[in-house]
Amino acid sequence: MSEPAVDKSRRNWIAITCGAGAVGGVAVAVPFMSSLAPSERAKAAGAPVQADISGLQPGTMMTVEWRGKPVWIVRRTEEQLATLKPLEGELADPFSKRNPSELTPPYARNVPRSIKPEVFVCVGICTHLGCSPVAKFEPGAQPSLPNDWEGGFLCPCHGSTFDLAGRVFKNKPAPDNLEVPPHQYLSDTLLLIGDDSKA
Amino acid sequence: MAEFKQAPAGASANERLVTWVDNRFPATKLFKEHMSEYYAPKNFNFWYFFGSLAMLVLVIQIVTGIFLVMHYKPDAALAFASVEYIMRDVPWGWLIRYMHSTGASAFFIVVYLHMFRGMIYGSYRKPRELIWIFGCAIFLCLMAEAFFGYLLPWGQMSYWGAQVIVNLFAAVPFIGPDLALLIRGDYVVGDATLNRFFAFHVIAVPLVLLGLVVAHVIALHEVGSNNPDGVEIKAKKDASGKPLDGIPFHPYYTVHDLLGVSVFLIIFSAIIFFAPEMGGYFLEYNNFIPADPLKTPPHIAPVWYFTPFYSMLRATTDTMVNVVCVLVGLGAVLAALRAPMKAKIAAVVGAIVLIVLLKTFDAKFWGVVVMGAAVIILFFLPWLDHSPVKSIRYRPGWHKAVYGVFVVYFAVLGYLGIQPPSDIGTLVAQVGTLFYFGFFLLMPWWSRLGTFKPVPDRVVFQAH
Repeated sequence: MSEPAVDKSRRNWIAITCGAGAVGGVAVAVPFMSSLAPSERAKAAGAPVQADISGLQPGTMMTVEWRGKPVWIVRRTEEQLATLKPLEGELADPFSKRNPSELTPPYARNVPRSIKPEVFVCVGICTHLGCSPVAKFEPGAQPSLPNDWEGGFLCPCHGSTFDLAGRVFKNKPAPDNLEVPPHQYLSDTLLLIGDDSKA
Repeated sequence: MAEFKQAPAGASANERLVTWVDNRFPATKLFKEHMSEYYAPKNFNFWYFFGSLAMLVLVIQIVTGIFLVMHYKPDAALAFASVEYIMRDVPWGWLIRYMHSTGASAFFIVVYLHMFRGMIYGSYRKPRELIWIFGCAIFLCLMAEAFFGYLLPWGQMSYWGAQVIVNLFAAVPFIGPDLALLIRGDYVVGDATLNRFFAFHVIAVPLVLLGLVVAHVIALHEVGSNNPDGVEIKAKKDASGKPLDGIPFHPYYTVHDLLGVSVFLIIFSAIIFFAPEMGGYFLEYNNFIPADPLKTPPHIAPVWYFTPFYSMLRATTDTMVNVVCVLVGLGAVLAALRAPMKAKIAAVVGAIVLIVLLKTFDAKFWGVVVMGAAVIILFFLPWLDHSPVKSIRYRPGWHKAVYGVFVVYFAVLGYLGIQPPSDIGTLVAQVGTLFYFGFFLLMPWWSRLGTFKPVPDRVVFQAH
């Protein structure tokens, strides 16, 4: 039995139909994938929050929630501020050069990474995998920390350490310094976090 | 298409019913193919219990899971309380939940042993590559299933574990942050995340998992089971075409597996009734605290079955990346000295590209790559092993030692993953990670070396 001759035109139509079907299939996948993106409600959330720091004692910190994340406000002592400069050699990015647009707003691109030197504001989320580091303000040797520890933050998940300006130490899993969120002072003791546009 | 059969005259009602069904659905045919006329090697040892046990645990997880869903609420505001409600108020709810939580750990114990069996007896070698690949895919699904399920109780470990793993995806260059956003469905792990993880845990992943299990078993029954001697029993058949060393799966191995099931259920029940938390390893204590997005528990670690891979993630620091760069360079130099001309150029160019990439992206990203690669590399095992014999029984003595060290390192990595990070721990984990990858990547060379013992024609079996 001889092979019947191939009908080229039918083959072409089959190919075109399959192609059109594939395009349709991909097009249908778009709404499904899009439905996974944050909803309008999730996008609308995240208004700025106010924080009253009048009761914040030197050497202590407080935490406020902004966009579901912890934001720390630390009032550093003179001794603590004095530790920042000598540490520069041990830090991965002492001058916050990496991704400054996302991590360090212009008014925090200084040694203490803050508007007022003593008041440090940062998002308490490790830049490695998103755990919240714990405050280790007590200097000296302690578990998971070096013997010449000057005070700072330790991420409990993977051991990244940060100094008192949220700058990450060298050779740690976290690549970046802690994020300083947009913020401004509404008065001497009232902070607005999440908005730095001058009214 | 089968002929339409007529039950013989005077057949019993039962026979007539079977004939009626067989004319419409191949019930008897399927039973013969997969049970009463599926010939399995007669020399299976205890390692061969774990396949059927994995099936048993799968059934336990599905049944208990269905009953848990009847009381659980996938809502960030209600989830934690609904689990406590199951534990305290739902009649026997505590038992069903403990069966499910213990079943998760039991699944991994059984599957790790099942995979190790495959490794030592060469069960992944030709023609069983696809069985192994389906199996690895099942393992991957199982990890996804465990991860999604772990968020559901909405405790501190649930929350922060999910946070860390989702952020792993954020480390992917360029698309990472958007990808993480798409997984979470919100800017932080929240209600949207919980809802979709619930959907993945109760329907999406189990469907894929069941399909893969069917494919795994079909592929196995197509080529036939391997055995501890790594001898193909199909090579020696009797006059009727049955393998000389094969016995019908039913009734021999169904009864045999019942013993395994009994022993397993004794241990399983003992854990459920006397140590459901298993000292914090099966149910972590921090997960009895409701999720708090503002505070990470002082020490977080994944559940034990993920810790070997988690250790490798933690071990990938900048120093480790530099060490890997040096190793890649050494590999390229070695290739340049030994390989033919074309391969030389390819090796050197490949090595340079790899080193540039290694130094371009953060160690954080490479940590994720290492963790993923540690699982993905398993898929390639059939093509990495070049040993002339399948079973460890006929390989050189030092091969056994290599497998022994591999197991020890896997356990050590698992242990370190549970511990808080420390300098010495990281160093040990780095050595362990290099050994793990060395074991697989250098296998094409080391698996050929040494004096192999002669493989017998027939399986070794003493009747007892």
